[in-house]
Amino acid sequence: MSLAHEEVLSTPSSDVPVEYSTEDGALKIFGFWIFLATDLILFACLFTMYQILHINTAGGPTEQELYDVPGFTAETLILLVSSFTCGLATLEMRRGRRSASMGWLVVTVLLGLSFIFLEVREFVDYVNRGATMQRSAFLSSFFTLVGTHGCHVSLGILWMLSILYQLGRRGISAMTARKIFIVGLYWHFLDVVWVFIFTVVYLQGVM
Amino acid sequence: MHLPGYVNNVATPFFVTGDPMIYASDVLIVLTLVAIVFVLTYFKKWGWLWREWITTVDHKKIGIMYLIAALLMLFRGGVDAMLMRTQLALPNMRFLEAEHYDQIFTTHGTIMILFMAMPFIFAMFNIAVPLQIGARDVAFPYLNAISFWLFFFGALLLNLSFVIGGSPDGGWTSYPPLTEWPTDPGPGENFYLLALQISGIGSMATGINFLVTILKMRAPGMTLMRMPMFCWSVVGASILIIFSFPALTVALALLMIDRLFGAHFFTMLQGGNPMMYVNLFWVWGHPEVYIVVLPAFGIFSEVVATFSRKRLFGYASMVASIMAIAVISYLVWLHHFFTMGAGPGVNSFFAISTMSVGIPTGVKVFNWLFTMYQGRIRLKLPMLWAIGFIPNFAIGGATGVMLAVAPGDYQYHNSYFLIAHFHQVLIGGVVYGMLAGMYYWWPKMFGIILNERIGRWAFWVFNIGFYVCFLPQYELGFMGMTRRIYVYPAGMGWTALNLISTIGAYLMGIAFVLIVWQVLYSIRFPERDVTGDPWDGRTLEWSLPSPAPHYNFARIPTVTARDAWWAEKEARRRGEDVQKELRPLEPIHMPNNSGRPFILSVCFFIGGFGLVFEWYWLAILGGLGVMLCLLLRSLETNTDHYIPVEEIRRTEAALGRL
Ligand code: HEM
Ligand SMILES: [Cu+2]
Repeated sequence: MSLAHEEVLSTPSSDVPVEYSTEDGALKIFGFWIFLATDLILFACLFTMYQILHINTAGGPTEQELYDVPGFTAETLILLVSSFTCGLATLEMRRGRRSASMGWLVVTVLLGLSFIFLEVREFVDYVNRGATMQRSAFLSSFFTLVGTHGCHVSLGILWMLSILYQLGRRGISAMTARKIFIVGLYWHFLDVVWVFIFTVVYLQGVM
Repeated sequence: MHLPGYVNNVATPFFVTGDPMIYASDVLIVLTLVAIVFVLTYFKKWGWLWREWITTVDHKKIGIMYLIAALLMLFRGGVDAMLMRTQLALPNMRFLEAEHYDQIFTTHGTIMILFMAMPFIFAMFNIAVPLQIGARDVAFPYLNAISFWLFFFGALLLNLSFVIGGSPDGGWTSYPPLTEWPTDPGPGENFYLLALQISGIGSMATGINFLVTILKMRAPGMTLMRMPMFCWSVVGASILIIFSFPALTVALALLMIDRLFGAHFFTMLQGGNPMMYVNLFWVWGHPEVYIVVLPAFGIFSEVVATFSRKRLFGYASMVASIMAIAVISYLVWLHHFFTMGAGPGVNSFFAISTMSVGIPTGVKVFNWLFTMYQGRIRLKLPMLWAIGFIPNFAIGGATGVMLAVAPGDYQYHNSYFLIAHFHQVLIGGVVYGMLAGMYYWWPKMFGIILNERIGRWAFWVFNIGFYVCFLPQYELGFMGMTRRIYVYPAGMGWTALNLISTIGAYLMGIAFVLIVWQVLYSIRFPERDVTGDPWDGRTLEWSLPSPAPHYNFARIPTVTARDAWWAEKEARRRGEDVQKELRPLEPIHMPNNSGRPFILSVCFFIGGFGLVFEWYWLAILGGLGVMLCLLLRSLETNTDHYIPVEEIRRTEAALGRL
C-alpha cells in the first residue's frame, strides 16, 4: 500500500492480467505464494509424522480395515473437479464476466461442501467403529493430517463466500480480481495436498 | 469419552500462591499497572497512545515498539538468570526450590530466545530495512502491525503464567514425554505451547513481509548486489523463518493435541514416538539460532564498514556465505541429540554438516577483519560491541566445533560446557549484535545520540562480566556439572568456579542497569543529531533527517552504486556537480492506521487463554473474534490515503530539506 502501490489501473495493456494490474495486487499475490510455501512445509511435517506413525496401530484398527475405496475416490473426484471449476471462475474473471465467474465460484463452493460432508461422514463412521484419535498413534496422525486439510478446505469455503458477496456488491475490479485469483491459488494448493493425501494415506493404506 | 487435561486432573489454584516472591511480584505488577493508568489519565495520553502507537502501521514506530518490548524482556529474562546464578553460587543453597528453579530456567530460555532475541531482530528489520532500500514502508504494513501485536500478546500470555496458573517447567525445549499431560499436568505447559504458537504466527508473517519487501520494493537502480549487507542478512533470516517456523507450529500443535485431546503423537503408549517431537523441534530450532544471528552479522557488516571508513571487504563472498549458512543450517539439526543413538552413519553426516557451517562463518569473520585492516577506525559504541563480538564468536565457534564431534558430544552433552557454548554465541553474537544495532540506529530512531561515556562503562563491565561468568562454565562442564540442576553438594570441587560465574552474572546485571541509566541520562541531557548522518554513514538511511518523516523519502532516490549515500557524498567531496533534484514532489500514497491488528491479537490472546485453561467456550469466542476481524478487513475498501504535496513541502521545509 505504500511506495505508491497505486490502486489505479496502470496503462491497460492486454498482456498484464487484471489481478496484476496494480502494484498492490502484484505484491499481495507474490506474498501469497510465499505463504503457500510455509503451508506446504506445514503439511510436509504432518506427512512425515503420518509416514512414521501409520504402522503404530497399537492393536487397534488398521488402515486396511478402515479406508473405504468408493468413499475416498468420491472425495478425490469431487475435489479435483472443484479445482477445475475454480480455475474456470478465474478465467471468466479475466474476461470480465462477473456472473459467469460468480457462477463457477458457487459451483466450487458446493463441491467443497460436498467434499466436507463426505469427509465428516467418514470421520464419524470411523469414530463409531472405535477408531478415535485417542486409540493409537496411527489414528492420531491420520485425523490430524486429513483433518488439517479439511479445516483448510472449510476456511476456503468461508473465504469464497465472502468474495462472492464482494463480487456481487462491487463487480470485477483490480481488487476483487486479485481476491478471486488468490483464493484460487489457495484452492489449487489444497487440491495438490489432497493428491498427496490420496496417495500417501489412502492408496498406500489399501494397497 | 474421557479427555485428559488439567481441569479433570489437578486442582491448581487459579492464582499462583504460597511463595513470598510471587506475592511481591503480584504487588509490583498491580502497582505498575496503577501507575501506568494514572500517568496516562493524568496527562491525558490515552488518545495519544491509541492514535500514535496502538493503531500505527508505520514501520518505524513498530520497530520502536519491538525494541522497547525486547529490552523489557531482556530485563525479565535477565532477572531469571540472576535468580538462577544466585541459587547456584554456593553448594546446598536454599534460595530457590527445585520446582521454582525448573520454572525459571524454562521461562528464562523461552523468553530470551522467543521474546527477547526475536523482537530485537524484528526491531532492527523494521527500523532499518525500508530506509536502507529506499522504500516508504514494508510491503504489507497492516500485516506488520498484526505481527507485532501477535508477538506482544504471545509474550503477555507467557509472562502471565508467572502469576496465573503457574509457569511452564519443561525447559525451553519442552520435550515429551515429560511434558505430556500425565507427567506434567496443570496449565503451565499449555501457556508455553500457546504463547509460542501465537507469537510464531506473527514471526512467520514478518518473514514473508520482509522477503517481499526486499525483493519487490527496492528503489530504482538498487540491484540485489547493491543492497546494504544488513538487507542481505534479513533476506537470509526471512528465508529461514519461512521454511523453519512451520515445523515449530506443527511440533507445538501436535503436543497440544496430545495434551488437550489425549492423542498419542509423543506419548510412550499406543505407538507414540517422543523423538519425533525432538526432531520437529530442532528442524525449527537450529535454523532459529541462525535466524537470530544472521541479522547480527548484518549489523556488524554495516557497523564495521562505517566505523572503518572503508567499503565492506568481500561483499560477494559475504552474500554467498549468508546464503550458504542459510542452506546448511537445515542439515544439522540432529547435532542437538547425537545421544539419541541414531547410529554412526547418521551421526557422522550431521557431525560433518555441522562443522562445515564453520567455513562460511570463518569467511565472514575474516572479511570483517580485512575491512578493518588499514581502515580509519573510530571506536564509537557500535564499533566497540562489534569488536567485542569477534573474540567471543571465535571461542563460541571453536567450542561449537568441539560439540559437533559426535563421540565427544557424548561427554559434553547437557553439561555446563554446552551452556557456556550457546551463551557465548547467543550473547556474544546476538546480544552484542543487537546492542551494536541499537546504538547505531538510535539517532535515526529518536534523533539523539546515546551518551558515549556511560556506554563505554556499560560495554566494559558487560564484556568482562561475560567472560567471568561463562569461561568457568566450560571448566565446570568438564568437571561433570550437568545443566538444569538446582543444587549441588559441597566437595565436588565446583564451588569456586560457580561463585566466580555468579559474580560475572552480576557484573552483566550491573551493565544492564548502566545501559538503562545511559538511556535515561541521554534523554535528560540529549546530544541531538541535527545532520541525520552522525556516523558519516554509507547507506541510504543516513541521507534522511533523524528521525525520518513518516513517509521516509519525499522523492524515491535513484541508486547508482553500492553504498549509495557514500557514493553521493564522495561525488560531492570531489566537487562534482551532483545533479540537483529536479523531479517535482508528488502526492504520497500511504496506508491508513487501523486498530484492528490490535483487536485481532486480543482475540488471539483470549482464545489462547481459553485453551490454556481448557475453557473451550472462551477459546471458541476468541476464535470467532479472529474470524470476524479477518472478515471485516476483507470487506474494507478504504485502506489508504494520499499525503498532499503541500503537506510534504511543509514537512520537508521544517526539516530544512527543501
Ligand atoms: C545475563 C546473561 C545470562 C545469564 C547469566 C544466563 C544464565 C543462564 C543459566 C544459569 C541458565 C540455566 C542453566 C541450567 O540450569 O541448565 C541458562 C539457561 C539458558 N539460557 Fe541463559 N543466561 C543469560 C543470557 C541468555 C541469553 C541472552 C539467551 C538467549 C538469547 C539465553 C538463553 C538460554 C537458554 C536457551 C537456556 C536453556 C534453558 C533450558 O535449559 O531450557 N540466556 N542461562
Ligand atoms: Cu543447532
